[in-house]
Amino acid sequence: MKVNANILSEGARAAWPICLGYFPIGIAFGVIAQKAGLNPLEIGLMSLLVFAGSSQFIAISLLSSGASFLAITLTTFIVNLRHFLMSSALAVYLRHTPKKCITLFGYGVTDESFAMNLAFFRTKDWDWRKALVVNHISNLAWVVSTILGGFGGSLIPRGSFGIDYALIAMLLCLLVFQLRDKIHAIVAIISGIIATTMALIIPGNSYIIVAAIIAATAGLLLRRKKYEHQS
Amino acid sequence: MLFLGMGIVTYFPRLLPLLFLSRKELPLWLEAWLDFIPAAILSALIFPSLITAGNPRHLDLLKPEMIVAIPTFLFAIKTRSLGGTVLIGMALFWLSGKVFG
Repeated sequence: MKVNANILSEGARAAWPICLGYFPIGIAFGVIAQKAGLNPLEIGLMSLLVFAGSSQFIAISLLSSGASFLAITLTTFIVNLRHFLMSSALAVYLRHTPKKCITLFGYGVTDESFAMNLAFFRTKDWDWRKALVVNHISNLAWVVSTILGGFGGSLIPRGSFGIDYALIAMLLCLLVFQLRDKIHAIVAIISGIIATTMALIIPGNSYIIVAAIIAATAGLLLRRKKYEHQS
Repeated sequence: MLFLGMGIVTYFPRLLPLLFLSRKELPLWLEAWLDFIPAAILSALIFPSLITAGNPRHLDLLKPEMIVAIPTFLFAIKTRSLGGTVLIGMALFWLSGKVFG
């Protein structure tokens, strides 16, 4: 694999908002995991092997409540199943990527890297090499910040400089990039309403995948109707 | 051992669609459907975190997260700058903490 400075710097430039967003969450995770009895080495290992923020938080709370191996693994699977949908959407852009590199890429698909890479694939001169850099720099930021948290992140005051808002702002902007026409905006609104309604009724995060599937299907039907109208 | 198990069940749903769908010609309807997935997922990720709170969750329309989201969203539409939006969002959220907190 050819790695040149251009690919690294472009990837890094795309990754910084993700890293900025990961740091407070990673540190918070490290603090909580350490309180639950994990040492910094175990925290780093978990972040490296799993690399999925919300499911790691859930796993820690399950661990401290004495849940079984099977229960924790199954919960992790369900919580992270939404990435199945994200990878499906990304696959279209990885047609000419060697299999070995896809194997490496899959490891780094998170909510954030997915949204970032997809936005770049659509609008810019972007390829899988740069996308891979985004994934792995984000991963590094996650692993490092969780370990730092494990060492004593409680020393850092909470809410410094509004950094807790970095990820929300980033996702908001990436959503704006996706609102390319009326139908996409309608899909987003439908999804938001279904997700919020479900989130109020059902615990857990299954609302993400259900809302997205329903809203995307609605979008498909709307588009079909529009074409029928024209012809 | 537990972490390895968690890692494996996280990895395969991420990997398999990439491996299979990237090597196939997809039917047009599927490609059109997948094209709506990002907007749908992002919206489903963001909205509940902006307007619900607590455990079990309840509706809370006036969270600082939601109030700050409005100018941040408008800024993103106006400038289409990712870095700028992140910094503006952070600054406004920090300010809101000073004002309301």
